[in-house]
Amino acid sequence: MSVNSESGLTGAAGVSPSVPEALVRLEGVCKSFKNGTTALTGVNLDVRNGEFLSLLGPSGCGKSTILRLLAGLTSVSAGAIRWKDARHELGFVFQEPTLMPWSNVFDNVWLPLRLAGASRAAAREKIEEILAKVGLSGFAKAYPRELSGGMKMRVSIARALVTRPSVLLMDEPFAALDEITRTKLNDDLVTLKCELDATVVFVTHSVYESVYLSDRIVVMAPRPGRVVAEIEVPAPLPRAEDFRLGPIYAEICRKTSRALHRAMDSKGSAIS
Amino acid sequence: MTKERFLNTGLPLLAVLIGLGLWEAVVRINDIPPVLLPSPSLIVLTLIKDWHTLYGSLLVTLSITLEALVAATVGGTLLALAFAQWRVLERAFFPFAVILQVTPVVSIAPLLLVYLNSGAAVLVCAFLVGFFPILSNTALGLASVDHNLLDLFQLYRATRGRQLWLLRIPSALPYFLGGLRIGGGLALIGAIVAEIAAGSAGRGAGLAFRIVESGYRLNIPRMFAALVLISVAGIFIFIMLSALSYALLHRWHDSARTRET
Repeated sequence: MSVNSESGLTGAAGVSPSVPEALVRLEGVCKSFKNGTTALTGVNLDVRNGEFLSLLGPSGCGKSTILRLLAGLTSVSAGAIRWKDARHELGFVFQEPTLMPWSNVFDNVWLPLRLAGASRAAAREKIEEILAKVGLSGFAKAYPRELSGGMKMRVSIARALVTRPSVLLMDEPFAALDEITRTKLNDDLVTLKCELDATVVFVTHSVYESVYLSDRIVVMAPRPGRVVAEIEVPAPLPRAEDFRLGPIYAEICRKTSRALHRAMDSKGSAIS
Repeated sequence: MTKERFLNTGLPLLAVLIGLGLWEAVVRINDIPPVLLPSPSLIVLTLIKDWHTLYGSLLVTLSITLEALVAATVGGTLLALAFAQWRVLERAFFPFAVILQVTPVVSIAPLLLVYLNSGAAVLVCAFLVGFFPILSNTALGLASVDHNLLDLFQLYRATRGRQLWLLRIPSALPYFLGGLRIGGGLALIGAIVAEIAAGSAGRGAGLAFRIVESGYRLNIPRMFAALVLISVAGIFIFIMLSALSYALLHRWHDSARTRET
């Protein structure tokens, strides 16, 4: 665990030089859109190698924008994003499964490899392996519309992981799923993350989900979007079966809820 | 026959037969002369008697329509693809598209006849009518791509060509097929209307000419027989295009899906 984790990291205080192993670092990142809204202001944030990091906050706090910035889908208005390695493989999971309805499961998962130039035959082994890992062996020939919401999300996760990304970016992936499916997918996601040794940046608006899944929770406030708190979850992943019943879980949930409430009460959001 | 099969095929068939029966009865009971309203049986007899002439005309009309439809499909699709690649082109072409679309092509048929011989004029007219639904539907389809999927393609650094081939074209397929079905029906209308406007027998007289000719000769049963064949041509085109649509979409698209009940 790193040293500077409890600092608020708000404002333009800069980043301490002793941060270990940041896979990617956001330095004073601002993002405003053409219509004048400021999505992010002065965000300093390290994503550490191998951690499960949750971005938690009410809607409009710019947590999805951070993901899009990390993915290179949009660029910063001010500040910088520094990656440790020049080449970094990314995976992205959207809130919707975002599958190609005209392709079966196999071809959907093949897509990232295909765009990287791999033939179907060359990709087969990797695809079958990842489908097995997400629990979809035997569904390679199925079309998205034949699958349940949870299974579609599994395909989406398999597609994101098939390239063995160093960072997996997830934008409220389980928000549209029912509680039971979501709990199961939470467990499977943690298992997968540990197995593949990936770094995960996970956007959510659920306190409980973020506490259960994360090594670290970054709480954000809206209007303008900024980081207001960072909370470490002092329990290793994957978590024991009774983690949700234990004192750490309860304590961190309370702490996180409080931070979230403060974030929502803070300047600018009172009008809403 | 199960209840469901009866509802799907038996009932519509029965309704048509009852309708024809009523028609026949009304004509016979009231002794309506064929020159006003021929009975269905007389129409069938005329169809058989004049089969040679009418069949030749049916082939002429069908081949003009299909040629026009193929040209409209190729032209409409290529132009839509060009629009998708170069938005400037779409902007520049937009006024022309609007003008050509809001002007009933029927009204330019006489003009076409000034510039072209009647065969070519009929073909061009059918082409123009069928062209726009295919162009506008395909262009709409190519633009209606899931934004998240576009992001995904950008994330994996897909080239424009691959984005087009793997994402935009499959996304546009249902729209294109919808446009094709509309265009198919309209191409037939265009062919018929242009031929009526041309009004010439020429070397290839289509069904529309047979209708005009029967009108002059007050041969109403033959006019009805030609109308029947035009309907048949329309149904044929519709069924072919629906089958094509089903073949391409039934695995994945909701429009071709039978709902589980």
